[in-house]
Amino acid sequence: MTPVNTALPDFLPALPEIFLLAMACVVMIADLFVKSERRTASYLLAHVSLLGCAGLTLLVMAGTMNTPIYTFSGLFVADTMSHLLKLCAYIAASATLVYSRKYMLDRGLLTGEFLTLLLFSVLGGMILISANSFITVYMGLELLSLCLYAMVALNRDSAASTEAAMKYFVLGALASGLLLYGMSMIYGATGTLTITEVAKAIGSGSSDKTILVFGLVFTVCGVAFKLGVAPFHMWIPDVYHGAPTAVTLVIGTAPKLAAFAMAMRLLVNGMLDLAADWQQMLAIMAVISMAIGNVTAIAQTNLKRMLAYSTISHMGFLLLGLVSGVVGGNWFNAADAYSASMFYVIVYVLMTLGAFGMLLFLSRAGFECERLEDLKGLNRRSPWYAFIMLVLMFSLAGLPPTGGFFAKYAVLSAAVAAGQVWLAVVAVFFSLIGAYFYLRIVKLMYFDEPDDAAPRGSVVEGPREMRVLLTVNGLALLALGIVPQPLVALCTLAIKSL
Amino acid sequence: MQTTSHLLSLAIWVPILAGLLVLATGGDNRAPMARSIAFVGALMGFLVTIPLYTGFNVQSVGMQFVELTPWIAHFNVNYHLGVDGISVLFILLNSFITVLVVIAGWTVIQSRVAQYFASFLFLSGIMNGVFAALDGVLFYVFFEATLIPMFIIIGVWGGPNRVYAALKFFLYTLLGSLLMLVAVLYLYSKSGGSFSILDWHKLPLALNAQKWLFFAFLLAFAVKVPMWPVHTWLPDAHVEAPTGGSVVLAAIMLKLGAYGFVRFSLPILPDASRELAWFMIALSLIAVVYIGLVALVQADMKKLIAYSSISHMGFVTLGFFIFNAYGVEGALVQMISHGFISAAMFLCVGVMYDRMHSRQIADYGGVVNTMPKFASFFMLFAMANCGLPATSGFVGEFMVIMGAMKANFWVAFAAATTLVFGAAYTLWMYKRVVFGPVANDHVAALTDLNGREFVVLSALAIAVLAMGIYPLPFTEVMHASVNDLLRHVALPKL
Repeated sequence: MTPVNTALPDFLPALPEIFLLAMACVVMIADLFVKSERRTASYLLAHVSLLGCAGLTLLVMAGTMNTPIYTFSGLFVADTMSHLLKLCAYIAASATLVYSRKYMLDRGLLTGEFLTLLLFSVLGGMILISANSFITVYMGLELLSLCLYAMVALNRDSAASTEAAMKYFVLGALASGLLLYGMSMIYGATGTLTITEVAKAIGSGSSDKTILVFGLVFTVCGVAFKLGVAPFHMWIPDVYHGAPTAVTLVIGTAPKLAAFAMAMRLLVNGMLDLAADWQQMLAIMAVISMAIGNVTAIAQTNLKRMLAYSTISHMGFLLLGLVSGVVGGNWFNAADAYSASMFYVIVYVLMTLGAFGMLLFLSRAGFECERLEDLKGLNRRSPWYAFIMLVLMFSLAGLPPTGGFFAKYAVLSAAVAAGQVWLAVVAVFFSLIGAYFYLRIVKLMYFDEPDDAAPRGSVVEGPREMRVLLTVNGLALLALGIVPQPLVALCTLAIKSL
Repeated sequence: MQTTSHLLSLAIWVPILAGLLVLATGGDNRAPMARSIAFVGALMGFLVTIPLYTGFNVQSVGMQFVELTPWIAHFNVNYHLGVDGISVLFILLNSFITVLVVIAGWTVIQSRVAQYFASFLFLSGIMNGVFAALDGVLFYVFFEATLIPMFIIIGVWGGPNRVYAALKFFLYTLLGSLLMLVAVLYLYSKSGGSFSILDWHKLPLALNAQKWLFFAFLLAFAVKVPMWPVHTWLPDAHVEAPTGGSVVLAAIMLKLGAYGFVRFSLPILPDASRELAWFMIALSLIAVVYIGLVALVQADMKKLIAYSSISHMGFVTLGFFIFNAYGVEGALVQMISHGFISAAMFLCVGVMYDRMHSRQIADYGGVVNTMPKFASFFMLFAMANCGLPATSGFVGEFMVIMGAMKANFWVAFAAATTLVFGAAYTLWMYKRVVFGPVANDHVAALTDLNGREFVVLSALAIAVLAMGIYPLPFTEVMHASVNDLLRHVALPKL
């Protein structure tokens, strides 16, 4: 029994989290005094909080220099991967704020709760990203999830939203239960909750393999639920569809980064020695996800549902990197494979931001842009935004010269390098099927004439910051398709520092 | 010779930048400006490729005008460009055809003008990239990127069934190229982390691996060529595409697939290529004979020319897989010549279509009475299409048949039937459309070629005749490279 540590922990590595916690509370209280409908003050305050976090994260990053720093008795870790993912989460949250402001305002949903819950969900994600203990993982996960459940139900008068929130909550609770169950088994086998210690215990070979693998199975289920890979994907279409589009955007972006980090922490940091076991599970999940996601998406007429199924297939692709790290007990491929997955998730978040951002941009008061036909003839109405959407769709389909191509390329390359050529062939086969429904959107925008009978404005307009951000978002994906090197290098750096 | 020149980069990026400029002109109210910029851009794009020919060292077998800069250092992907005698002519052909396409679309296209011309300029730059790329990933990126502009061209400016045709075109070609991506990645991991196509040429591979790779590449290139039985997208795409789209599709895009065979399949997988040559020859002969017969019964002129293209491309693949200098050089000559002839044929149909809005042979008859100048041009190109001596169509076909004769009499015999079928379907169509009494009031109201059409068709006519009468400037460029390729293919690399 180690003596109780009474000294104060090192707060510095957790500075961004502490700052965001304080700021989220400030936003919550300050918002009570904001009278205006537009909530400019609290909206700006939320942006400032995220900006402050970014500054602090960079500060911590400069201070730690590529070596992982453990603090709070090993509950919390700050390493390059966590910094990078957190920075992406801030960007995603900030962009979400910009994209969703007008939409939420038009629907009377732009309340202090929305802003506060968003900030708390980011905080939950950050804690998850930096977790080095099962307890921290669970805390971060619950903080993140509870905020999301509440946000889905933000539109209390909508039956669809409430139903989606209920489904999300019930299934989410089940997944959390599975995860906890798995963690408790691993705790039983190894006698520790700290992830790095778990890894040592497993490596020493003194733990009971049967219990460990049992625990592993449940842990993988929990992770799969959070990522939304088949067969734990049931909630995704309903929640994506039922939630207000702005909230769908929240769910589809920063939490995916956190879920990826959770997978990395639990499986790679914690249980790399069991890789042979979890890689098999993930490989099967990857194939099922790509199959279900891509095939089912074709049948969708609702854009949000279609993008939900596309998410499932993308998460399947993401897993391709995770399953290619360890080959026959050999780790030579690990850095490349995991950084490929990380690159994938970051590019994926950028694409999702753009795609849902476009839906928010095209929606207006009294009109939801969520059916496929709503995009008809967009090229006639606004060539520029049709072009941005074209880039987004080709990127989601994984065609050069877009970021989506190199994301797919990186994970496929990892799979082939790991000798899993069959997995790569299956993946390209399903991505061919997937290309169809992305192309269908391009077809609607470019080949069809606008449907004038429908009650929608013929002019495409929105707040300036939204237009600028959408443009930047689309062009960023194009830029990533032409110069992917910096981001790839960063991801590799992050993974190598683990 | 090895001083770094940026000619290849210019050939790629000048059209693309011009395309961006054209796009920037915006809506249709500024269409004249878009047209002028597009023309200047296309012309510049062609002019920068001319030094590639004049400065080309015909003795050298290596890559010339090489550019090599790291692109994605992490994956060891390089921006590696270079041309040899096999690829250089296609860059010129492509840039030349682009100029003609821009001129041909001058007044025909009235809606979304800027987007139309920009698409063609992008396409031109990207296809130059395919021919110049010496890095596997760079090649793949260009190869796939060609799909996007063509998809838009067919889908936006195409005929009534354009959506079906565009999707079919896209998905068919994507199917092939995705497997090629896996093959490229496999070669990367086998070669110890190199994407250089030239390194892959020297990479030893087991026969079994070679065969798998061969089929992966085959699917990608066969769809693009297109070879029987994966050719069905082509007639649909041609019929629905606007004239310019058909021209680029037939003249250049089909060559990307055939070029892939000489750049990837033959030198990287020589053993599998020899082993499976019978299979390739069989597919090629089916294309030549069977598709030639199919062309005979077409009622739609564009469809007929599309099938004739497939049949002619069968000659190209046949030439590659008989492994002698006559065959390979003949196939390359045939590719260039088909680039001119098919472009001309589609433009001729376009000329009539713009006036009559019909492609059905039955709607025409006696066109010579109202359009004598046009009828003469059409005659020349129809003759070239059936391989009349003194036209470019003859040279390639003759060389391939000579090569086949060396390899096997019966293969040559089957291939030679094309001279009969080709003449039959082309001339029969020509007869029904052009000769005879004036068929109806619409034909009677036809006006002959205008100045722009005359210029475009004359340029192609000169090319077709020059290449037919004096093919040496074309063949001497490819000679050294083809011999080097054949030497390389003859060596086993198991």
